[in-house]
Amino acid sequence: MIAIIDYGMGNLRSIHNALATVGGNPVIISDSKSLSDADADAVVIPGVGSFGDAMRNLTPFSDRLFDLIDSGTPLLGICIGMQVLFERSEESDAAGFGLLAGDVIRLPDGVKIPQMGWNELAIRRNNRDTDLLAGIDDGDFFYFVHSYYCVPEDERVIVATTDYGVDMAAVVEKNNIHAVQFHPEKSSKKGLLILKNFVEMVRC
Amino acid sequence: MLAKRIIPCLDCDLGVPHGRVVKGVQFKQIRYAGIPWELAEEYDRQGADELIFLDITASHERRETMAKVIEKTSENVFMPLTVGGGIRALADARTAFNSGADKVSVNTAALKNPGLINDIAKYFGNQACVLAIDAKRRYGREPGKEMVDTPDGECWFECSFYGGREFTGIDAIQWAIEAEERGAGDIMLTSMDRDGTKDGFDIELTAAVSDSVNIPVIASGGCGNPEHILEVLRDTNASAALAASIFHFGEYTVGEVKECLRDGGVHVRM
Repeated sequence: MIAIIDYGMGNLRSIHNALATVGGNPVIISDSKSLSDADADAVVIPGVGSFGDAMRNLTPFSDRLFDLIDSGTPLLGICIGMQVLFERSEESDAAGFGLLAGDVIRLPDGVKIPQMGWNELAIRRNNRDTDLLAGIDDGDFFYFVHSYYCVPEDERVIVATTDYGVDMAAVVEKNNIHAVQFHPEKSSKKGLLILKNFVEMVRC
Repeated sequence: MLAKRIIPCLDCDLGVPHGRVVKGVQFKQIRYAGIPWELAEEYDRQGADELIFLDITASHERRETMAKVIEKTSENVFMPLTVGGGIRALADARTAFNSGADKVSVNTAALKNPGLINDIAKYFGNQACVLAIDAKRRYGREPGKEMVDTPDGECWFECSFYGGREFTGIDAIQWAIEAEERGAGDIMLTSMDRDGTKDGFDIELTAAVSDSVNIPVIASGGCGNPEHILEVLRDTNASAALAASIFHFGEYTVGEVKECLRDGGVHVRM
């Protein structure tokens, strides 16, 4: 089963419905004990709320989350669920999980903030082929809603970027850690395809 | 590059068991268009970027019916969903989010209690709060108002509430700026002069508001054909355009509108 971490900040129905639609077996997990008891094949940190609130509410899950990640369990971070994987954010004094080296900073001046809407992926094919983006083409659109963006220290984790005032990381991967700045559960067919790829990755 | 959004609006009459989509003309006469989630699925197939469900009766009692409509829609439709009409307090917003909505739009309640915008933004994020403005042209200079030049003379824009039945004396441009400061994530801007006329969007209104705020503006009211959408998205800083009847009654598909936009040089998701 795929554990969706419910950190108490909003609508998880979409990500739950989307994972179920593509053949996954999602379960919403609302406390750390349930996560410890659950036999999770994969973990999803969904994208709701601000960095500080997210970290405060995620901290009780952190020991178990680190265990799962250390043991190779696939993780998918979405939007703020991607940002919390980094070390710190300009949005808050709270420390991030630091699973990926780098910062989260505010979108540049001169663009409407938040970025809200459909933007194109530029896939760095020379980086590495990735199962998460199987069937996704350069220029496919995904739905973004965010005011901050991730700047990984190690460029090699960046699988795809998007351009909004600045060319920024949109998909990052490192071993079993996968994360997307956009909302695949709100990105219609192509978004569902990414979730399907994740579900199939979990099965393998 | 961020694409301009095309947003079909589903005006919902929730006075029947599963709700139904209707369309009025200048906030009055009603035509019946279909079952909300069936239309939503059709618009998803056509390539809509987002959907807005408005309870046109703005009925507090019927928020549970709207919740069912959204629940049913979110089983099969994976794009951003906004719920508006009858959102009077944080509890109404929470009901909408729990049913699967991503955003709520507020109008009357925010004009009466502007702090509602701050509350929704604080608890659910800026992106979750859409401020809807229904604006009407008022010709002639008036002190303290933002005057805008139009082909028909100088005017300011007055906010109305209670579904266009009452006027507030509040300047729409000033209200949009205040809403941004309070944390609104989108402005859904409807021209009352154009709504339902199919004469095209109010370009001067849309330009004035979208140049005054740094949050996305959704142009609404008056869409009669794809060229109208091209005009408003090409000639103003609006980030999105909303239309209802041209889609509901099968006059144009979302795909046809996007082809027209692409050919006219507007960046859209095809």
